[in-house]
Amino acid sequence: MSAPNKSYDPVEVEALKPEAIERMRAEALAAIAAAGDLEALTHVKTAHTGGGSPLALANREIGALPPQAKAEAGKRVGQARGAVNQALAARQAELEAERDARVLVEESVDVTLPYDRRPAGARHPLTTLSERIEDIFTAMGYEVAEGPEVEAEWFNFDALNFPPDHPARETQDTFFVAGPEDGGSGGGESGVVLRTHTSPVQIRALLERELPVYVIAPGRVYRSDELDATHTPVFAQVELLAVDEGLTMADLKGTLDHMVVSLFGEGMTTRLRPNHFPFTEPSAEMDMLCYVCRGESVGNPDRPCRTCSSEGWIELGGCGVVNPRVLTACGVDPEKYSGFAFGFGIERMLMFRHNVEDMRDIVEGDVRFTLPFGMEI
Amino acid sequence: MRVPLSWLREYVDLPAGVTGRDVQAKLISAGLEVETVDQLGAGVKGPLVVGRVLTIEELEGFKKPIRFCTVDVGDANGTGEPQEIVCGARNFAVGDLVVVILPGGVLPGDFQIAARKTYGHVSHGMICSARELGMGDDHEGIIVLQPGPEPGSDAIELLELVDEVLDIAVTPDRGYCLSIRGVAREAAIAYGVPLRDPALLDVPAHNGDGYPVTLADPAGCDRFTARTVTGIDPEAASPIWLQRRLQKVGMRPISLTVDVTNYVMIELGQPLHAYDRSRLSGPIVVRRARAGEKLTTLDGAERTLDPEDLVITDDSGPVGLAGVMGGAGTEIADGGSTDVVIEAAHFAPIPIARTSRRHKLGSEASRRFERGTDPLATSAAAQRTVDLLVLLAGGTAGPGVTEIAAPVAPTAITMRADHPDKVAGTAYGRETVVRRLQEIGCDVTGSDELTVTVPSWRPDLNYVNDLAEEVIRLEGYENLPSTLPKPPAGRGLTGNQLLRRRVGRALAGAGYVEAPSYPFVSAGTFDQLGLDADDARRRTVRLANPLDDTEPSLRTTLLPGLLATLRRNVGRGAHDVALFETGLVFLPRAERLLPPRLPVDRRPTAEEIAALEAALPEQPRRVGVVLAGARELAGWWGGAQPASWADAIEAARTVARETGVALTVRAGQYAPFHPGRCAVLLAGEQVVGHAGELHPRVSKAFGVPERTAAMEVDLDLLAAAGGERATGPRVSTFPVATQDVALVVDAAVPAADVEAALRAGAGELLESVRLFDIFTGPQIGEGRKSLAYALRFRAPDRTLTAEEASAARDAAIASAASHTDATLRGA
Repeated sequence: MSAPNKSYDPVEVEALKPEAIERMRAEALAAIAAAGDLEALTHVKTAHTGGGSPLALANREIGALPPQAKAEAGKRVGQARGAVNQALAARQAELEAERDARVLVEESVDVTLPYDRRPAGARHPLTTLSERIEDIFTAMGYEVAEGPEVEAEWFNFDALNFPPDHPARETQDTFFVAGPEDGGSGGGESGVVLRTHTSPVQIRALLERELPVYVIAPGRVYRSDELDATHTPVFAQVELLAVDEGLTMADLKGTLDHMVVSLFGEGMTTRLRPNHFPFTEPSAEMDMLCYVCRGESVGNPDRPCRTCSSEGWIELGGCGVVNPRVLTACGVDPEKYSGFAFGFGIERMLMFRHNVEDMRDIVEGDVRFTLPFGMEI
Repeated sequence: MRVPLSWLREYVDLPAGVTGRDVQAKLISAGLEVETVDQLGAGVKGPLVVGRVLTIEELEGFKKPIRFCTVDVGDANGTGEPQEIVCGARNFAVGDLVVVILPGGVLPGDFQIAARKTYGHVSHGMICSARELGMGDDHEGIIVLQPGPEPGSDAIELLELVDEVLDIAVTPDRGYCLSIRGVAREAAIAYGVPLRDPALLDVPAHNGDGYPVTLADPAGCDRFTARTVTGIDPEAASPIWLQRRLQKVGMRPISLTVDVTNYVMIELGQPLHAYDRSRLSGPIVVRRARAGEKLTTLDGAERTLDPEDLVITDDSGPVGLAGVMGGAGTEIADGGSTDVVIEAAHFAPIPIARTSRRHKLGSEASRRFERGTDPLATSAAAQRTVDLLVLLAGGTAGPGVTEIAAPVAPTAITMRADHPDKVAGTAYGRETVVRRLQEIGCDVTGSDELTVTVPSWRPDLNYVNDLAEEVIRLEGYENLPSTLPKPPAGRGLTGNQLLRRRVGRALAGAGYVEAPSYPFVSAGTFDQLGLDADDARRRTVRLANPLDDTEPSLRTTLLPGLLATLRRNVGRGAHDVALFETGLVFLPRAERLLPPRLPVDRRPTAEEIAALEAALPEQPRRVGVVLAGARELAGWWGGAQPASWADAIEAARTVARETGVALTVRAGQYAPFHPGRCAVLLAGEQVVGHAGELHPRVSKAFGVPERTAAMEVDLDLLAAAGGERATGPRVSTFPVATQDVALVVDAAVPAADVEAALRAGAGELLESVRLFDIFTGPQIGEGRKSLAYALRFRAPDRTLTAEEASAARDAAIASAASHTDATLRGA
């Protein structure tokens, strides 16, 4: 608000009287404040700041004033117009914010809606567990070796020091491939079997690879057992073979220990018990510490352990020092080289590592069983 | 092998108070797989006494005959009065000695005995059967004891009811542990106490008066002891202790002579056979059977012998299948024979194993011979048998002794004294090595280089590592150190191994669930698949001994297994199922070859290995999928997208993409697919598989939902076709020029042909082409379709002018027109 003009000029312009300006300004501000939405504000803007608005008209009158009055009136009108524009912009921003808030609220959705449009798939846990074991050993420098599932008896038995007619062959519950129909001697025997273990891959690895050989060989194997809660005629094994200069049974033990720590965590260990396998000498049965009770259930009826039946140990499979006769059959000098090997069933490990109670769930392919295992295990 | 602790203690002084569990732990540590320890007579509580039957009153009017007896139980009942007992058995008479449990006693299974009223009388106890006493379950009626024990005396002790029995799963290398003698030796070592070897007997030497024996096949039988016993009392029964021991090891007492031979076999591990001397005619000859010879074995089966069978013969022909089973013609008569010939022989393992397998006839004897018996034990075993028959059956040992033995040098192994250390990875030292080898019966000489002569009962010890194992197991596997070897740097997974993982992840990522299935299929499977009679997939690898005779073949395609799994899932209530499997199929080669029998004492030659491989079927790796129901489910977003032939083909593309192969898809006709909805999948010109919707008849035959779709590709072929490294494209940052064209072609023209023609004509500026719509209708014309493509053009070095883009588009259209008769829609 400017001070009263003391230097009086004879030209009087009604529209530029301070009261008039003040009234225009007050009306404009009131209209801006009253505009309820952006559209109304547009009308207000036209009415109070457009070319035909009172303040614009008043501004035009300034030129008619004497020089000393011009400055006074210009200042007064300019201030009024500035205040109106400011109020307009403020109101514009205010109304836009209101509109945006309203629209975004209207656009809100229920983010809890399910979206199972294309259901997920999964890989079978036998595959992924097998890969996990492969990865433990490839990280150590081992390579993954393979062999056929329909295998010559020489690979499956003879070269592994199962002599023909030895009782050890009988323990394998072998599926034999039928011989050629057009006869042949030996009662139609084909000399071909479904491999009963992954151990023939040991022979193939030793024949195909340069020494030293460090391989892991997962694969499908076959035994003529009926399917039940704990048996399946088709199952998965993992075989390990290391042949190098100076390898020992202690190296076997250390390798097993490393594997169970990798799969079950720190503090895990293995135990060897004497056993017999034709292709290893010395041979052992390998157990791992029960990863659930860590042996604390033994002799402790208050803390029974279902995983190990309170035995404290879980049977894993067979292992041993490679029988020098196996090396000989592969042309490896047993005087210079020695090795160790082990093999165990993946199903069994899957059962106790993931609390699977029935073998049939593993083999039947029910998607409800497989889906929770996802892509990795 | 079942080993009663009481029997073991006869030869080993186990520390007092040692339990079966303790012995089990020690033997397991030494390498014997002791599976269980049976607690015989656990919970049995007296008074369980001998009684003499005084009176028997037959009770009438019940469903079964019942006897009311009075029994003299001495002072065991506290009064000395006859005990009144009701009994349902009938196999006893007045004066017989029986086993009586009195009120207050407890039988196995926590069977508490009290006086109770039954059949109108009060029964004060029970007369017991063998089964009720836990002695075995093959007895009818109650036990009638032989005369001797006094009424009232304790029957728990008399019948040796309380004992512990170790059950040992003997591995094939430890045949010597199929005897009390062998297990006792291990127990003695484990406890560090001496063994009283039951085979250490004074035995007479061969004389000319024994039963004549000829060994005509020294390779099959190198040692034969024959002894005779005459004047055996045919009425004599096996004493309780003998019967009990046989029962505890799981054998059934039969007759004294047979029981004694079984007893000695269990004790010493040497199988024996007793012939009725009166039924033998002429000398015994051990030889191979002659073609056409027949023998009826003790089990009553008449067997046609194979010229490889080792047989015991007399003048009449074969009288026994050597080492497996005796013949019925010379067996000990039911009432017992008075004069017997005892055979204790050493047979070679392999002929016995073959004969046993050939005739599907296993016996306690063959189990032992197959694993190798102690050749030096025949004399002692025969002597022990003779002694027992003399002692128990009133027999007289014949003066004649036949001992025929081919000279055999014991096995001697030369081993460096530190070899066990090198195998184990620890330092035992020479002294320990020598001591341990001596403990198992070896004779050891030498210092740095040991000469180890192995005992006759250990035919499994032939090589240095066999000896190393003995040392290491006795020193304890649990004491081995744990060290990690340092393999050389590896090369990681191979390309194919990585590929398999990628394929699995890609398919699982696309919504498929992995479902490995069994590879066994039936002939009917191929009919269900609708294969022609001469379809190559009907030629299978067959099993000689399938689990299920209806499924004798190995799969030649993954689809039957996947379809069975699909049906199982749908049967269990699943609707929308997509499955995949990666696995081998088995394709017989055109020519079936037998693999050569290769030696194992050297590396086979490359030709020999090739001959082995040639005898194996081809085993390519396949990937298959099946899917049914909805591929995309209905929901608040809209309707369902049914699983279709297109998904199956896309699954094949997904697999091919991982191999780096751009799959070519052509229409084809191939079982088991719908003839109008079947794609042939090619890598270049190589067919790698098929995909599409199943033929409706196939879906029905397999019991899977209508319009089930499937795919199967050969991963090996795809991997071989692909695998090229991707080259990095030059990414142009100049603007893209997009041109849409709608082309009208005959309805039968494959879209793939149109697209190929567009690509061929569009030239280098074409960045991509995409079919975005198909339209049919009256505007297009009958038998015609309109394909709408979005073409994107871009140059690497400049902004394309409108003229350049249009020229490229026109060239593409011209190409499509000339190759597929396409016309521009609206033109």
